[in-house]
Amino acid sequence: MMLFEELLYAIVGVGLFSLGLRGALLRRSLLGRVLAINICGAGVFLLLIAIAYRGPGLAPDALPHALVLTGIVVAVSATALALALGRRLRETDDE
Amino acid sequence: MTEAFALALLVSGIGFFVAGSVGILRLPDLHSRLHALTKADNLGLGLLCAGLALLEGSLLIAAKLFFIWLLVLAASAAAAHLIAQQSLRQGTK
Amino acid sequence: MMATTLWMMLDVLLALLCLALGWAAVSSHDLRRSVVFFIAFGLLLAIVWARLGAPDLALAEAAIGAGLSGALLLAALRDEPGGTLDDDVSRGPLATAVSLLVVVLGTVFAWVVWQTIDVADPVRMADRISGELSGSGVSNPVTAVLLNFRAYDTLLELAVLLAAVLGILALGPARTPYQPAGPLFDGLMRWLVPLLMLTAGYLLWAGAHAPGGAFQAGAMLAAAGVILRLGGDTNSGLPRPGMVRRVLVSGIAAFLLVGLSTMITGRDFLEYPDGWAGTLILLIETAAMLAIAATLVLAYVGGRPDGWREGPGDLDIAGDGGPR
Repeated sequence: MMLFEELLYAIVGVGLFSLGLRGALLRRSLLGRVLAINICGAGVFLLLIAIAYRGPGLAPDALPHALVLTGIVVAVSATALALALGRRLRETDDE
Repeated sequence: MTEAFALALLVSGIGFFVAGSVGILRLPDLHSRLHALTKADNLGLGLLCAGLALLEGSLLIAAKLFFIWLLVLAASAAAAHLIAQQSLRQGTK
Repeated sequence: MMATTLWMMLDVLLALLCLALGWAAVSSHDLRRSVVFFIAFGLLLAIVWARLGAPDLALAEAAIGAGLSGALLLAALRDEPGGTLDDDVSRGPLATAVSLLVVVLGTVFAWVVWQTIDVADPVRMADRISGELSGSGVSNPVTAVLLNFRAYDTLLELAVLLAAVLGILALGPARTPYQPAGPLFDGLMRWLVPLLMLTAGYLLWAGAHAPGGAFQAGAMLAAAGVILRLGGDTNSGLPRPGMVRRVLVSGIAAFLLVGLSTMITGRDFLEYPDGWAGTLILLIETAAMLAIAATLVLAYVGGRPDGWREGPGDLDIAGDGGPR
């Protein structure tokens, strides 16, 4: 049995992942690519939470919620590391 | 009865938000856009919070919503001031 | 039935907005515009999480995904040399081929997802979690999953955060600091920073029975640190470097201490004794909150803060005999 919201947001999640993938492959600057990968991540999170939704009356599945919460924090720290690497690369290019 | 009144508040709040957004898109330069942004959006948020507080009916929730409105007011006023100051310094329009 | 149609309309609107903002963030030529669209996308995603019954996630997304990520990207924009802010997406036949490939891949994914979730009467973890919730020491199911049922995963996640911050610290000094704030921002800071600390403490406590927890509380503290840095504090609200090192590992240390002590008393690693689960969870969450806050502030700072003493074995990258 599949809910309307579940299917809709899951498809949106896949769509966001594709948009992010296209951006990550085609963008020229590091910041643009990091942004696109974050959009990829957001799409994956949306897919997980859409699957966890059980309907307006029932409590949702807490396990994907915990996974996505972890994922959000890890995504921001990975972004920070990527940006620090980019900055360092630019500095060593200039030397 | 309260629901109708709350609905009126919510609709007018959204109307102010729409007006603010139209202002951002249509006004000519940075300072007038800032004007539309902060004034219309703050009032819109205040009306929205009032409508939501009426719908909830609890005094605690109304106090929390009022506090949220005050925080957004302070933050957007500070942000608008900083943006305007920086644009004056840089000479951007 | 009117209500369900309205909800459906709202869902379709949110879904279309998500896709539109994602598209705008990814394919805008101006990097500044992309970053702003990304922040707006993060906030919209927070609304979607609230719509899908995930208030903890809505809090975390608004604070970390939109707020801290946005601040991080804006600070990175500042690093970019002026000429490269216009970021053209590659054009040409190869780019069109890649776009086509992505469209095909996306359609296949979507079809697979549709077939997979259309399963009759699936086995849900939710019932099992709510069954075990009463013995877990907290009543918020997400906190129970994070810090009791899957505590080992959270321990490893804190290790990943530590690895990221070690990488950031190893790569170089911090970004250029900001000048001291004018009277307006100074006044705002004096109100916001204590308020943020108070809210962080409340979220940590409330995480046991309401949406909240260590991650959201850590994000609030990190936001206070970011505001302090923007107001000109070169330390960004962090204590002296020796203390910062201890705080960074305190999350993992708390987990390990609790886990090893449960092993000493004869149970499994991180198997809480009856009646002690709530207290131990709060202990671990406090340490994790401080560690996450320090990690996120250092991530925003972008490198070693001022006064970070170099060790004797540091690499001499610049080659001039100095510490870096």
